[in-house]
Amino acid sequence: MKIAIASGKGGTGKTTLSTNLAGYLSKQYEVVLVDLDVEEPNSGLFMNGPLILSEDKYKMIPEWVGKCSMCGLCQQVCKFNAIVCLEDEIMVFPELCHSCYACSELCPESALPMFPQKMGELKHFRDNHLSFVESRLDIGQEQAVPLIAQTHKYIDEHFNAGFVRIMDAPPGTSCPVIEAVKKVDFVILVTEPTPFGLHDLKLAVETMKALNKKFGVVINRFGIGNDDVISYCKEEGIDILAKIPNDRRIAELYSRGELIYDKFPEFTEQLERIKKYIFTLN
Amino acid sequence: MRIAFTAKGTDWNSKIDSRFGRTDYLLLYDEDKKKIETIDNRAIANEAHGAGPQTAQKFIGLKPDILITGNGPGGNAALVLKRASVKVFIGASEMTVKEAYDTYQKNLLQEQTL
Repeated sequence: MKIAIASGKGGTGKTTLSTNLAGYLSKQYEVVLVDLDVEEPNSGLFMNGPLILSEDKYKMIPEWVGKCSMCGLCQQVCKFNAIVCLEDEIMVFPELCHSCYACSELCPESALPMFPQKMGELKHFRDNHLSFVESRLDIGQEQAVPLIAQTHKYIDEHFNAGFVRIMDAPPGTSCPVIEAVKKVDFVILVTEPTPFGLHDLKLAVETMKALNKKFGVVINRFGIGNDDVISYCKEEGIDILAKIPNDRRIAELYSRGELIYDKFPEFTEQLERIKKYIFTLN
Repeated sequence: MRIAFTAKGTDWNSKIDSRFGRTDYLLLYDEDKKKIETIDNRAIANEAHGAGPQTAQKFIGLKPDILITGNGPGGNAALVLKRASVKVFIGASEMTVKEAYDTYQKNLLQEQTL
């Protein structure tokens, strides 16, 4: 089973839920938690266990090797404006390149071969029944999607269907989120019961519908704000899997990098509800 | 000299567009021939990324010696302009093209080092 934890709005509790759900389920199952928020991964702050593997991740970028007819085809076919054809030079802007190979493949003189460029690294930790994989973009790298895609690939190669695979997704509803949830069976959307939370939840719901994803909602910091999120979910026929209470003690544990599930029964109860829900899917 | 402006329109009375990559128009004044040429760049609004390099590509097609603009080009566009040996003068945001040209001739615009 592959589950993504996404949100729309940032700071609603994706990491709180991902890390604690993973920890809680690992008491009973083989679990891997994957931090796909490669621009700012933070699930690792809550994970223990030794590093068992670390590998550099590369994307392919064209490099102009000089001496061509300056026909400009490379620049015309680039949908991402990553190539500029000057009078006597082809300039490549690697941070705009999406590694589509169009310029390289279509160049009549093969003057733009592709070369690997390091974009980040993947780390794999293991703590008994809980494995943890995180990918982290290098500073200056602008594109999260290729690294997220390669992380999915790593997970598929190393963790079979016997594992509960939990993906901590990036916030928002743009390309990195879509890449993160693309291959999962179910998406948990974490929100908070505030106008801002609801606004961004709606965006996330529309995104999941466009992707034909099964999804449900977890309300975090339940008790603040108003009931509009609940009314919205009712109207839309969206299941609310759990309501995590707003409690200062949760924030205090989180701020110390500690997991909450085994220290706070009201919280554990909500994780149990989520567990029951996701294991009765299909 | 061939002097280019980022502009909101296509004549001397148009306002300077303070942006480079996402400028509405590029306007070129050829001082020798006393003629104006323009490029409509408004389609750039549809580009999510890479506006700078794309506009720079069109810009160098005008073969300008000088650019007069508002905020100045961003990093990617600046690299292209540097290779094409274009001198960049900034700070003309609130002016019309005519005013910007006059101000440039009086040496009152700041040159941006690329």
